[in-house]
This record gives sequence, C-alpha cells and structure tokens, in this order.
Amino acid sequence: MESVGSIIAYWIIVLSIVVFSVLTVTARKILRAATYLLFTLFATAALYFKLDYEFLGTVQIAVYAGGIVVLFVFAILLTSRPGDNTDRLTSRKKSLGILAAVASLAVTGYAFVSRCANLCTELQPMDNPTMKQIGETLMGTGQGQYLLPFEAISILLLACIIGGVVVARKR
Amino acid sequence: MFCCGIYGFITRKNMIAMLISLELMLNAVDINFVVFNRFLFPGSMEGMMFTLFAIGIAAAETALAIAIIINIYRAVRHVDADDINELKY
Repeated sequence: MESVGSIIAYWIIVLSIVVFSVLTVTARKILRAATYLLFTLFATAALYFKLDYEFLGTVQIAVYAGGIVVLFVFAILLTSRPGDNTDRLTSRKKSLGILAAVASLAVTGYAFVSRCANLCTELQPMDNPTMKQIGETLMGTGQGQYLLPFEAISILLLACIIGGVVVARKR
Repeated sequence: MFCCGIYGFITRKNMIAMLISLELMLNAVDINFVVFNRFLFPGSMEGMMFTLFAIGIAAAETALAIAIIINIYRAVRHVDADDINELKY
C-alpha cells in the first residue's frame, strides 16, 4: 500500500493539471493563457517524476518549459498589443466547443471505465530506467529498439529548421 | 485536459491560442502513454520512448507553426483565424 503522503501528492498534481488546463483555455488575456500552460507543463513533469520516469520529466521541463513556452511568449509579444483582450465568445461557438469537449470526455471516460478496471490496483515497484538502458533503447537496432524513428526525427527537425527559416525570413 | 484542448481549439479565434490548445491535447496524450506504460507494463519502455518522440515532434511543429503565424501577421497585421480567408491572390 502506498503511503498517504504519496496519494496526497498525486491528487495535488492531478488537480493542478486540471485546474490550470481549464484556466489556459478560458483566460481572456493570451499571455496569461501561456503562463497557465507553463504551469500545466510543470505539473505534467511532476507527474512523470512521481511515476519514476526521471529522464522524461527532465526532457519535459527542458523542451516544453524551456523551449516551447518561450517561443509562445515571443510570438504573443510580437503579434498582439499589450492590454487587448479577446472578445466575448458568441454563445453558438461556446456551446459547440462545450459539446465537443463533453462528447470526447464521455468517449474516453467510457473506454477508461469499461477497459481499465485493473488499473486501480496497486502500483508495482519498478526501477528507474537508467541512462544506459535509455541510450541502448534509443540507439539499438534490435527488437524494441528505436534507431530508425530516432533518425527520422532528426531528419524532421532538420527539415523544420530549414522550413522555419525559409518561411519567416524577410524578402 | 484533452477535452480542455478541444474546447479551446474550437472556441478560440486567435491562432496562437489555438496552438496552445493543441499543445494541451498533445500533453494529455503523452500522459496517457506514460501512465499506461507504468501501470500495465512496468519494466518495458515503449510508452516512454513514444512520449520522447512525441515531445520532439511537438517542438518541431510548434516552431514551424509560429514561423507561419508571424509571417501571416506581417502580411495582414492580425492573427484571427476567422478573418484569414484569402491566400496570396
């Protein structure tokens, strides 16, 4: 049985993820939405740490919080004047969004409840994946090892760099 | 979280806000990968690897999308998705 403190920590993380993601999509000022997104990403990283995936949590913080959110903030400051709010939503659009959200919630909730009853069991103990394991899984060519996707990702990133420069440069 | 992302993607007008909602959805899927891997198959690393690749792809996609958005902003001076209905000609 897990300790009470561990369960409380889980609940705090989950609640902060939910609350901050709701705030992200409902904030009127877009810069605040980006800040709430940052908090959501941090809570996600905390969840990864809590599930013993330390490498993944570090990558999450480094890439998302360090890279993507900074990029968002730059883009927001470049494209909007300070102090302008988004307009009030029209009720039709709002109800459409809520409908889609509730529908997807129903589908995922149904799948979760019907299929994953054994998920509520106790968490089995697991060693942290060591750096050696991660490296061998990432760079090996055997079964269950991921050299080819790794190379594909590197090609994709190269294409993205070139594409970004071409799209965003001044003529 | 995924539902929040869908809600935001449909209701927001600003393109950057739509992109933020997209990031939320990607994160929800990542959490799903990791949690199912941890609970159902502890010891194997498939979910973790897929999450790593998903994070990489998300970074690339965000960079490119923001480049496009800034370019559009230069052309038409605003970033509302509803009003951008014409291409170059």
